[in-house]
Amino acid sequence: MEPLLELRDVTVHYRRGRTTICALDAVSLDVRPGETVGLVGESGSGKSTIGRSVLGLAPVRSGEVLLAGRDITHLPFKQRRETYRHVQVVFQDPYSSLNPSRTIGGTLAEPLEAQGGYDRAAVRDRVREALERVRLPAEAADRYPRQFSGGQRQRIAIARALILSPQLIVFDEPTSALDLSVQAQILNLLQELQAERNLSYLFISHDLQVVRHVSDRVFVLYQGQVLETGAAAEVSEAPAHPYAHALLQAAPLPNPRLQRERRMARTPSIRLESSSSTDRCAFAHRCPYAIPVCEFERPELRPSEHGLVACHRYPEWCAEVAPDIPVRNGGPS
Amino acid sequence: MTRLATDPVASLPQAPSAQRGALGTLLRRPAAIVAIAYLAILVVVSVAAPLIAPADPLGLDLARVLSGPTQNNLLGTDSLGRDVLSRILYGGRRSLISVVEGVVVVLAIGVPLGLAAGYFRGWGDSVISRISDVLLAVPGIILVLVILAVVPRNEDVAMVAFAVLGAPSVFRVVRGATLRVREELYIAAARVSGLSHPRIVMRHVLPRITGPVVVQASLFAAYALLFETGIAYLGLAADPSTPTWGGMVGEASTVIQQQQWLVIPSGVTIAVTILAFGLLGDSLRDALAVDERIASSAARGGKRAPAPVVVENASEPASSREGALLDVRNMSVSVLSEDGVTPVVEGVSFDVMPGETVGLIGESGCGKSVTAYAILRLLPPELVLASGQVFLDGTDIAAASDRDFDRLRGRTLAYVSQEPQPSLDPTFTVGSQLSEVVRNHEGGTRREAKQRALELLELVELPGAQQVARARAHELSGGMAQRVAIAIALAGRPKLLIADEPTTALDVTIQAEILALLRRLKAETGLAMLLITHNWGVVADTCDRTVVMYAGQVVERADVQDLFDRPLHPYTRGLLESEPALAEPGALLTAMPGSVPAPGSWSSGCRFAARCPFAVAECSDGAVPLAPVGTGRQSRCLRVDEIFGAVTA
Repeated sequence: MEPLLELRDVTVHYRRGRTTICALDAVSLDVRPGETVGLVGESGSGKSTIGRSVLGLAPVRSGEVLLAGRDITHLPFKQRRETYRHVQVVFQDPYSSLNPSRTIGGTLAEPLEAQGGYDRAAVRDRVREALERVRLPAEAADRYPRQFSGGQRQRIAIARALILSPQLIVFDEPTSALDLSVQAQILNLLQELQAERNLSYLFISHDLQVVRHVSDRVFVLYQGQVLETGAAAEVSEAPAHPYAHALLQAAPLPNPRLQRERRMARTPSIRLESSSSTDRCAFAHRCPYAIPVCEFERPELRPSEHGLVACHRYPEWCAEVAPDIPVRNGGPS
Repeated sequence: MTRLATDPVASLPQAPSAQRGALGTLLRRPAAIVAIAYLAILVVVSVAAPLIAPADPLGLDLARVLSGPTQNNLLGTDSLGRDVLSRILYGGRRSLISVVEGVVVVLAIGVPLGLAAGYFRGWGDSVISRISDVLLAVPGIILVLVILAVVPRNEDVAMVAFAVLGAPSVFRVVRGATLRVREELYIAAARVSGLSHPRIVMRHVLPRITGPVVVQASLFAAYALLFETGIAYLGLAADPSTPTWGGMVGEASTVIQQQQWLVIPSGVTIAVTILAFGLLGDSLRDALAVDERIASSAARGGKRAPAPVVVENASEPASSREGALLDVRNMSVSVLSEDGVTPVVEGVSFDVMPGETVGLIGESGCGKSVTAYAILRLLPPELVLASGQVFLDGTDIAAASDRDFDRLRGRTLAYVSQEPQPSLDPTFTVGSQLSEVVRNHEGGTRREAKQRALELLELVELPGAQQVARARAHELSGGMAQRVAIAIALAGRPKLLIADEPTTALDVTIQAEILALLRRLKAETGLAMLLITHNWGVVADTCDRTVVMYAGQVVERADVQDLFDRPLHPYTRGLLESEPALAEPGALLTAMPGSVPAPGSWSSGCRFAARCPFAVAECSDGAVPLAPVGTGRQSRCLRVDEIFGAVTA
């Protein structure tokens, strides 16, 4: 199937004072219609920058962003505005993403007004519909953000993203600021919406369990590079990259017995120092399986059992891992 | 597994009926009301001067010069016998026009440039900022005097020049406020909505910075009036016969030997008017600051409903075990506000044995952190420990004097917070802060303290302890800062460490290292821990026993494995089912409807009933006790036997 969104070797540099930070280093990825692609990584991995470069909010230095085959990397304002009919976003912090001095109705009407072509009654109807779709009463339109809880605000942000009926929504850590029970409500809502409207999601999160729960495919990022990609279930069951493995092992299992067993079997802990260099594996200095070649040659992405992996030691390193303890369990019954 | 097919319609919070914004806060300040009323009257009487002035301001009456207040001339007459009151009323017109001119020009220059510079940044910002710096260095009065020498008696030109020189201060304020607002995510969201930059500035930035702009405008009005009267006093402003306040002071000062009174009406008018502008500006600034605080606290915490629901505590089962290190009994914490007393934590009891890690679990708003603060006596001023006892090593620390408690804090009891960086002083090195704490606890020489500080840094597995000791807080990564915070907490060799979400702000690999460290400290030093968390993985990894809180109460207590294997309260179960790691990938999660009720809106029956799939009518009838279930477990659920098939012991 033709991808809806495609990134080809996208590189993004930010200037901080006199130094330049490479936030994305030649990242390529694609999202197909109706698919959820998860981006996972720790802080500084560049996952949010990918979202921002799709939205035209990051300074892309080289590479291309294609939406339905059309290059949208650098666009003048009017054409960029046109793309926002198809690509929308939900940010992490529902407290900062809604203007406190505008009513919810005003905030939701904004995309319609900006795009033009809707009369007052049509705007009102669509606002009401969008609120109902995220299960908020229509009266919410007259209220201000401060009158809503974090979960309700995130629903409002989702309603704003839905109002133009986009094909792709970028979710930048949409549930990180929410409580567990509210996170479950929001994740369910996202799944229902996707099934209903055949939406594509680019889902960014630091929480591998959440990403695994919602995604079809995942990209594991580290220091602006894709280290591994593949089907969500397979990457989280049998990671092909030592970093993906480390991420999985680091997240404690919500089951004391299994977690204890896994702790006993854990591979030697990884070291702390951090540095970056272009001509070696970004993860080499933290990798327990590193060999000399990792220190002076950057691995290319190449096919793994279930996707792509950038590792000199794949698949040999997998054999060196202590017998694996399941990453999941059945849950309470 | 039962699955809820739909979310419930979210209930809207009880909204305050009127939007009490900055204006409302402003009108509660007497000084502001007086200032606004005075300025309003001034404007009205100045505009209406021809109608209400008792005499012609230019009408000479040489028979009655310098009369002082009389029945005909309420404020007396000047050296040419003109009525002072009338001249003040007319003089106000010129002064107010000048003030308006000044304010309009200063805003017309400062606001657009400040918005543009702050929003777009780049080279334009640098250029405008430099020019503004240069202008600030120009001596304003001297420049205006030069201008008035070129265009004599033109007060309008003088005011415009004054305003141009004053614009940099407005520019700076606007630019600063804009820089803050542009980082808000709703600006990015507006961009993705399809708004152009100019529209974003008009719609989203400008309304957010009106507060500081109004404050600046009001303060500038005071300066402008001072300046206007100044040049009028010097006789540079207008034809000497035209009434102006400054000119009147000038005239009065020439005849001050003959009639002291004459300087008072005009002088007092000027002083009071300037004061009014200044007061208005200050009150506005304070009101905006308060409004901001209200908005943010309401946003994060939710408004508390006024009527306190005081629930009699059903007596809790005597849970404390022999030899407990920490024993919290029936602790209640309330918030004091204008609206009354609202409980936020009610009748909480639990204990921690030596060397044991107890997890305090629940979502935000359940009272976990407040419980910890109450134990540590770190409650913010609006919260009070309403009742209960906290035994630490056998002594009731809730009843201890501050001095006694200070001795315990750090030595028996230590604390690690979620955000380590802010708890470290940025001006001192890690080593000096740590040594200071060590000397405070153990005395000894500087050298000994330094040695112990290095040991502590090694104890928390910081590589290169020497180097870390020389670093300052901002040079540390989040994980390193948390290790330093733990080292500081361990300096007094405490028996109990209270850790409030110690890994929530950290990346998952760093979290694993910190958790491993805590576990090692426990194994090697016998440190007991009270760990506050909402993360089931962290609970499973570190805790021996668990205390689950909901809406200010303990709803379940159990050993950690029992809790995961067989939760005995619907809330615990719901929270476990919300965990994506325990669910089938891609399937819908079993989501509890609604959210944790805010303090003050708690039901008098079971507080979880509104969200509970098993609730029946009697759940809401009255307070539900925390009752023993099976061996060593307690659950606050009436239907625990029916729902979970448990055997009540």
